[in-house]
Amino acid sequence: MIERTATIASTVGLHARPASIFAEAAGELAAEVTIARAGDPIEDAVDADSMLALMSLGMEFGEAVVLRSDDDSVGAALDSLVSILETNHDA
Amino acid sequence: MQSFVGVGVFRGRVIGPVHHMPPSLAEPPAGASLESSTTPETAADALKAAGASVKAMLLERAGRAEGAGKEVLEATALMATDPMLIKAAIKLVKAGTSPERAIWEAGDSVAQMLTDLGGYMAERSHDVLDVRSRIVAVLRGVPAPEIPDSAEPFILVADDLAPADTATLDPAKVIALVTAGGGPQSHTAIIARSLGLPAVVAAAGVSEIAEGAMVFVDGSTGAVSTEPGDSEHSAVAVWQEKASLLSVFDGEGQLSDGTLIPLLANVGGAKDAQEAAAAKAQGVGLLRTEFCFLGNSSEPSHEDQVAAYKGVFEAFPGKKVVVRTLDAGADKPLPFLTDSSEPNPALGVRGYRTDITSPGVLARQLAAIADAASQTRALVWVMAPMISTPAEAADFSAMCSAAGLATSGVMVEVPSAALTARHILDHVDFASLGTNDLTQYAMAADRQLGPLAALNDPWQPAVLALIQATVEGAIAQAKHSPSLEVAAPKPVGVCGESAADPALAVVLAGLGVSSLSMTPRALPAVAAVLRTVTREAATALAYRAVSASSAAEARELVRAGLPDLAELGL
Repeated sequence: MIERTATIASTVGLHARPASIFAEAAGELAAEVTIARAGDPIEDAVDADSMLALMSLGMEFGEAVVLRSDDDSVGAALDSLVSILETNHDA
Repeated sequence: MQSFVGVGVFRGRVIGPVHHMPPSLAEPPAGASLESSTTPETAADALKAAGASVKAMLLERAGRAEGAGKEVLEATALMATDPMLIKAAIKLVKAGTSPERAIWEAGDSVAQMLTDLGGYMAERSHDVLDVRSRIVAVLRGVPAPEIPDSAEPFILVADDLAPADTATLDPAKVIALVTAGGGPQSHTAIIARSLGLPAVVAAAGVSEIAEGAMVFVDGSTGAVSTEPGDSEHSAVAVWQEKASLLSVFDGEGQLSDGTLIPLLANVGGAKDAQEAAAAKAQGVGLLRTEFCFLGNSSEPSHEDQVAAYKGVFEAFPGKKVVVRTLDAGADKPLPFLTDSSEPNPALGVRGYRTDITSPGVLARQLAAIADAASQTRALVWVMAPMISTPAEAADFSAMCSAAGLATSGVMVEVPSAALTARHILDHVDFASLGTNDLTQYAMAADRQLGPLAALNDPWQPAVLALIQATVEGAIAQAKHSPSLEVAAPKPVGVCGESAADPALAVVLAGLGVSSLSMTPRALPAVAAVLRTVTREAATALAYRAVSASSAAEARELVRAGLPDLAELGL
């Protein structure tokens, strides 16, 4: 399993618009990716391709999240997801 | 003909065909199970297909929207195929629940989860429920519970409207709203006011009107009737004529007997001036010159000032532009002119008085105004703010003459100037009442203090009496003028907020004010109301207002005497 940590850069947090941009990108990957608040148990991770699940995390600006995938070959894809989270989509 | 009576919540009369809002979707009964003829896999596929078609429909709509509305629609579209929502529903289907019931329950739990998060997320729960309803409508093969699409403008009839309906309500298509339920504070009423749509709420029975039937709606009286005849058509025509009066100003302010009351604009720069000219203002009654000083740490150069003033003058060739010299101090401090440590800035060195502490700035400003005036065709008048005595008026007039400016005047903002207008006008050519400051000084109430708002009301009879005293001072000055000819009184205009209040504009005209200057937005309404009264009627109303015992009584007495105000919805 591989992991990446990202910090939410959208000033309003993971609201509908940033969540929808991220979920669409995650949905395009062949591998399954989960997302969880940094420090939360792995069982609390949710599907990264569901904007509603992302919104349910209630992530605020500046908080850290962990992306995980069981497929060790998708490191580059995880990096691109990290960069989406670390972009301010409200700017 | 069927007639219905409801509560009119926004003015306007229209005739048009009725389209009903589809009824809201009934909840699939709890425990509704999968039909025996359908396999869970087929049902799950139907659910996914319904979600996909809702997504496509919302994306198509997003493609036609712009800005924030587009982004909201795009995010909502994605919800229709969201794995969390669809997976939860499919799980229920696999356990034997009907697809409609499954998506209903899955939507409920997602919406509940967002509601529990509170704030912004809680608001998005409506979007989830909206998406859920649309998916159920697709599964049932019925129209989505939304405002119908129509090529021609129509009257929307509904039980009541929800806040979410505003987003899809196209004011170019929907010409009136009629609801069977709701009240004056309902969402329908709020939507109608914000969009300016004629609306009637609480009109019991309107759901029975046939789809497509022509109806007449009167948003003032709350009347709704089918099969409109000649009287309804003429009522609509009368309304349209009145409504057009309120949307444009024809460029000539006058009373119904032809008495001319020029209507001018208050502007603060070249852009304002162009807009004012487009709104057919008859000139500028107040050019605030602070715009070219504020934000500067030092005095702007002669060239900069000339360029700034020319930008305004060029918008009004051949028309009057009244320039107010720099009015720094109090709420408009300027680092190089005013002392911010004064304990009482409204009563301190402000307006014309800055010439005592910083001599030279005013003379240089007058020179720049004169230079700009000589290069354009505007009829430039200048006036000084915060004049308190005839001696100050005489000094200012002398400075204007020295700068080569022919027409000088004063602002009447200080009660002493109103009470000594006769002597002040011996020295200058005109006076302009700044009713905002005049009110603050007459009532000794800081205009920036919320708790004193009731005192800061230009309808206060004391303020009206000071306006009256100023006009009478101008008449007395003319009468006692040393000239052998009988001269007309020198002009006394108003350039405060009060001129923008149509009812107060009638009072000002009745008191003998010669011109009114206001924000260009107010021109059409003020012009329309002035044309409903004669000079005689305006004078009678003005005297009632001056004699009233309170601001509220003055306002009520005048409004009662102007039935057209209510008819125009003002």
